[in-house]
Amino acid sequence: MKNFTYTRANDVANAVDEVTSEKGSKFIAGGTNLLDLMKIQVERPSHLVDITRLALDTIEETAEGGLRLGALVTNADTAYHEEVGKRYPLLSHAILAGATAQLRNMATDGGNLLQRTRCYYFYDTDTPCNKREPGTGCSAIKGYNRDLAILGTSEHCIATHPSDMAVALAALEATVRVTGKNGERIIPLFEFHRLPGDTPNIDTNLKPDEIITAIDLPAKGFADRYTYLKLRDRASYAFALVSVAAALDIDGDTVKEARVALGGVAHKPWRIPEAEALLKGKPATRENFQKVAEAYVQGAKGYGHNDFKIELAKRAIVRALLQAKEMEARS
Amino acid sequence: MKTNEIGKPTNRVDGRLKVTGEAKYAGEFNVPNLAYGFVVNSAIAKGKIKKIDTSKALEVEGVLEVFTHENRPGYVWFDKNYKDMDAPPGSPFRPLYDNEIKFSMQPIALAVAETFELARYAASLVRIEYETSPHDTDFETNIESAYVPEEYKSGEPSEPWGQPDQALASAPVQIEGDYTHSSQHHNPMEMHASTVVWKDDGKLTVYDKIQGVMNTQQYVTHAFGMQPEEVQVISPFVGGAFGSGLRPQYQLFLAVLAARELKRSVRVTLTRQQMFSFGHRPKTMQRFALGASKEGKLEALKQDVFAETSRFENYSEDVVIWAGVLYKCGNVKLSHKLVELDVYTPLDMRAPGGTTGIFALECAMDELAYKLGMDPVEFRLKNYSEKDQNEDKPFSSKELRECYRQGAEKFGWEKRNLEPRSMKEGHNLIGWGMAHGAWEANQAQASAKAVVTSDGKLTVSSATADIGTGTYTVMTQIAAETLGIPLDDVTFKLGDSSLPDAPLEGGSKTVSTVGTAVKSACDKVRERLLKLAQQVKDSPLVEASLEQVIFEGGQISLKSESSKAVSIMAAMSQNQGKAIEEEVSSKPADNQSDYARYAHVATFVEVKVDEDLGTIKVTRVVSAVAGGRIINPKTARSQILGGVVWGIGVAMEEDTVMDNNLGRFMNHDLDKYHIPVNADVHDVEVIFVEEKDEIVNPLGAKGLGEIGIVSVAPAIANAVFHATGKRVRELPITLDKLL
Repeated sequence: MKNFTYTRANDVANAVDEVTSEKGSKFIAGGTNLLDLMKIQVERPSHLVDITRLALDTIEETAEGGLRLGALVTNADTAYHEEVGKRYPLLSHAILAGATAQLRNMATDGGNLLQRTRCYYFYDTDTPCNKREPGTGCSAIKGYNRDLAILGTSEHCIATHPSDMAVALAALEATVRVTGKNGERIIPLFEFHRLPGDTPNIDTNLKPDEIITAIDLPAKGFADRYTYLKLRDRASYAFALVSVAAALDIDGDTVKEARVALGGVAHKPWRIPEAEALLKGKPATRENFQKVAEAYVQGAKGYGHNDFKIELAKRAIVRALLQAKEMEARS
Repeated sequence: MKTNEIGKPTNRVDGRLKVTGEAKYAGEFNVPNLAYGFVVNSAIAKGKIKKIDTSKALEVEGVLEVFTHENRPGYVWFDKNYKDMDAPPGSPFRPLYDNEIKFSMQPIALAVAETFELARYAASLVRIEYETSPHDTDFETNIESAYVPEEYKSGEPSEPWGQPDQALASAPVQIEGDYTHSSQHHNPMEMHASTVVWKDDGKLTVYDKIQGVMNTQQYVTHAFGMQPEEVQVISPFVGGAFGSGLRPQYQLFLAVLAARELKRSVRVTLTRQQMFSFGHRPKTMQRFALGASKEGKLEALKQDVFAETSRFENYSEDVVIWAGVLYKCGNVKLSHKLVELDVYTPLDMRAPGGTTGIFALECAMDELAYKLGMDPVEFRLKNYSEKDQNEDKPFSSKELRECYRQGAEKFGWEKRNLEPRSMKEGHNLIGWGMAHGAWEANQAQASAKAVVTSDGKLTVSSATADIGTGTYTVMTQIAAETLGIPLDDVTFKLGDSSLPDAPLEGGSKTVSTVGTAVKSACDKVRERLLKLAQQVKDSPLVEASLEQVIFEGGQISLKSESSKAVSIMAAMSQNQGKAIEEEVSSKPADNQSDYARYAHVATFVEVKVDEDLGTIKVTRVVSAVAGGRIINPKTARSQILGGVVWGIGVAMEEDTVMDNNLGRFMNHDLDKYHIPVNADVHDVEVIFVEEKDEIVNPLGAKGLGEIGIVSVAPAIANAVFHATGKRVRELPITLDKLL
C-alpha cells in the first residue's frame, strides 16, 4: 500500500475542500472496495478524506412523496428499512442479493454506486488494463471474459459495473444528489455511470470535486409487481452474470408501465426505455415479454466466454417479468 | 471389543483453543525483533529477468534488504538437495536461483522490512525488466504432444489385461467420451506462512505451514547444508492444507534464506493471490471407451489420461487405477500421459487422481448404463469387482454393496424413473444421480512415544500433523482407550520435529499409521504398568497375564473378577516417582501386501435445474461410506461432509482459469475462484456402514479424509443428466452449459 495522508471531514463543504486540496485525493466511507484496491496497488490515493462523520446517514421523506437515502446509510440499513421494504421492495431485494451481511453492514449507499469493476485484469497490476492504466490495452477482450460485458462495450474496455443496488435504482428512476465547488446538482441514476468509450478509466459522471450526498427515490415504487432476478455462478457471494430488475404496473391484464434494468452486462445498469415502452398498453404475456427481451439485447456482442450472456439475458428478462406479473398484488 | 473412547462422537480436544484463538498457526508466532518478508512475483510466464532494480525499495526507511537472484547467497549445488519428501521426478524449482522465469507468478524477489506493511510497499517498488520468450500454457493444443514420463510419481498404468481392442470392437453396446476438468487450487483458509526464528548460534526454529514437520526439516537441512539438530520445525496447527502443505512452499525457503543472511528472525506470509502461484490439481482430460454385452456385462474398458505438468517436474497421480478397483472387467487398457506447460508443477489435492479419475469413470459408466437402459445401481452390482484387477489381489474388506443398499434406501432411490426429464417441479427439472468410489486405506511406518507420569497422566507424542482432520482428538481417544483412562488424563503432542518420526499427513493414512504407533506405544506401557501393579503389596494381579486383565476406569483389573484391581496410580507409586516411557516404531504387518486395501463410498444426489436459466441446486446428498472401524463418528462425519461440500465445488464451481495470452491464472482470489458457500449446500446425510477389517491395521480403521469427495462430482453430473437429458463432460457444470 502506498503511503497516504488522512483527514476526517466535518461537513460536506469541508469534505469538498479537502478532496480538492490535493491531486490524488479520495473519499473513504465503508471502504469495502477501496481498501482492497489500495492493498493491491490498483488504487493509490495520496490523501484520504474520511466522510463517515458527515450527517448523511438518514432516510427521509421527500416533498415529492419519495424517499431520500443519505449517502452514508449502509446497504444493510437501507435494505432492512421499513419504508424501503414496504414501498421499494425491489431495492431491498437487489441490495440483499449482493455481497455478504458483513460487507453490507459496512458498505454505504453512495459508495455502492462508486465501486469499481470486478474484471480479473483490473485487479491484477501485472496485466494490461485500460481502466487501470489507460493506453496499456484491454486484456479481457481476447482473454478471459466470462463475467464481462456484452452491451455498450468499446474496443478499449468490456468491464461491467458490479452493483446490484444500482440496477434496482435504475429501474426505479432514482436520482443522485451531488455537491461540488459549484453547489448542488442532480444526476439521474441512469446517467450517473458512463460507458467505457475511449476513457474507460472514468467510471461515472461525478466530477472530481463532487460528493454524493443522497439518492432520491421517486414516489412510485412498483411495490406490487417487481422482481430482482440475479443469476450467478454460486448461490451467494458472487457477482451477477446477468441480473434483472423488473417492475410492472398492470391494470387488469394490460401493462400501464414497465421497467427493466439489467446488471452484469454493461459498464452501467442497462435500461432501454423504448424497449420498456413496447409493453405499454399491451397484454402482459410471455410473447410480449419476449419482444422486450429481444429489444434489450439488440446489438449485444459476446467476446467468447461471455457469449452465453446474450441468450441468458433474454431468458432472464422474460422470467423476471413473468415473476413480477404473477406476484399476488398486495392488499 | 468393549470400548470406552473409540467409537464415541467425541468433541475436538483442541476445539476450545481454536475457537478462542489460542491455537497458533505458523504465521502467528511472535518473537522479538521479527522482520517481515513480502514476495515479488513474476509478471510474465517465460523469459529472463534483464534487470531488477531494488534501489527505490531500499530507500524506504525500515526496509532491510531485497533479496533477488543477484544478491542471494551461494547455493547448495545439487538438485537432489531441493527434493522434498513429496517431490515428483524431475528438477525441483529453486527460488531466486537465476534470472530465468519458468512460470507466471514465479517468486523473483523478497523484500524484507521492519513491518509487513513496509515490506509489501517495498515489494511494490521493485522494478523489473524482462526479456520475454514465447510461453505455452495451452493444454488443449498440446495434448497431441503428450508423453509417457520416464518415471511416474504415482499412478503408473498397469499393463493391459485381456484383449481390450478386440473386446471393445465386438461389444454390442459402446460409449466413448472425453471428460475434462480444469486446474483447481487448494485454497485452505490459512495462507502459507513460515516464521523462522534465528538464534545467535545460527540454529533455527521454524514455524511452518506443512503437513509434516519432518519434510520441512529435511528440506531446510538439505537445501541450506544444515544439520537436523540445527533446525527444529514446529507446526502445531494447520488451517487446512488439502495437499498444498505436503511440499514445503517457497515462502519457507525465502524466510530461511533471509533469516540466515540478516541473522534475524523473519516471517514470510503469502497473500491469497499468491496462493495461486504454486501447486494445484492438474488440468486433466480423460478419453474413455467402454463396451458391454446387451445384458449389461462390462466387456471392455479403455482409459487414456492426459494431465498437465510443469517443464521441470513430472507430476502424476492415481487417475487410472479406479476402473480396476471398482469394476469387474476382463479387457482393460490404460494410459497416462503428461502435457508439459509453462506452469508450476501440479500438487496433490484432496484425493489426487481419485477425484479426477472417478469423476470420468463414473460419468462414463452412467452413460453406458443409460445406453443399456439399466438402472445405474443395478449396472454396478452386475459388474461388481471382488478383487483389485490392477494387482490381482482380494480386498481386505469391501462393504460397498451395503453402501448401495443403505444409501439407496435412505435416498429413496427405488422410486426413481430411469427416464431423463421425468421429474419436474415448477420451472425446475429434478434429477437423481449416483456414483460410487474408493480410496486407498494404506498404513505407513511411524513412531510414537508414550509417557505416564507418577500422577497417572499420559502424554503421547509423534511428529505427525493435524491439518484440521482431528488428529489430536482421535489419537487422544486411541491412547485413552488403550490405557483405560479418561480423555482428560491424556495429552497428545504433534507437529514438532523433535518428536518421534512420522510421515506426512496425507493420503488418508494418519489414523492408520500414527494411530497404530500410538496404540503400540500404549500397549508397551500396559505391559510396564501391569508389572508395576504386580509389585503392589497384596496385588491381586500377581499371577495375571496381559490377556487376563483389562484397563478401564483408571484401573487394571482381572477380566474374570473385576473387583480384583489395582489402580494405575497405585501401580505408578511402585516406580519411585519416575515416569514410564515407551517409544515404538510401528510398521504395516507383512500380510497387508497380499490384499488390496480401500475404503468405499456410494453417493446419491438430487439436483434441481431451472429449465430456462440453467441454474443448478444440489438439494440432497446421501453419502454411504464403508471406512472400516470409525474411531470418532463426529470428526469422521465432518470429514465426509467436507468432502461432499468440496465435491459440489468440483462439480459446479472450481475452475482456475488460465489466460493463454498471458500464461497466467487469472481468477486468483476468492472473489473470482469460487468454492461453495453455505447457500450452495443443502441436505447432506452421511451413513457409515459397518465394516470389519482385520488386515488393514490393528485398529481396523480406514482413513476418511478423501473418500468423501471422490464420487460427489460424478453423482452430481449424473443427476444433472437425469434432470435435463444433457450430458456435460467438462467440469465445472456452470449454467451456460445447460442453456
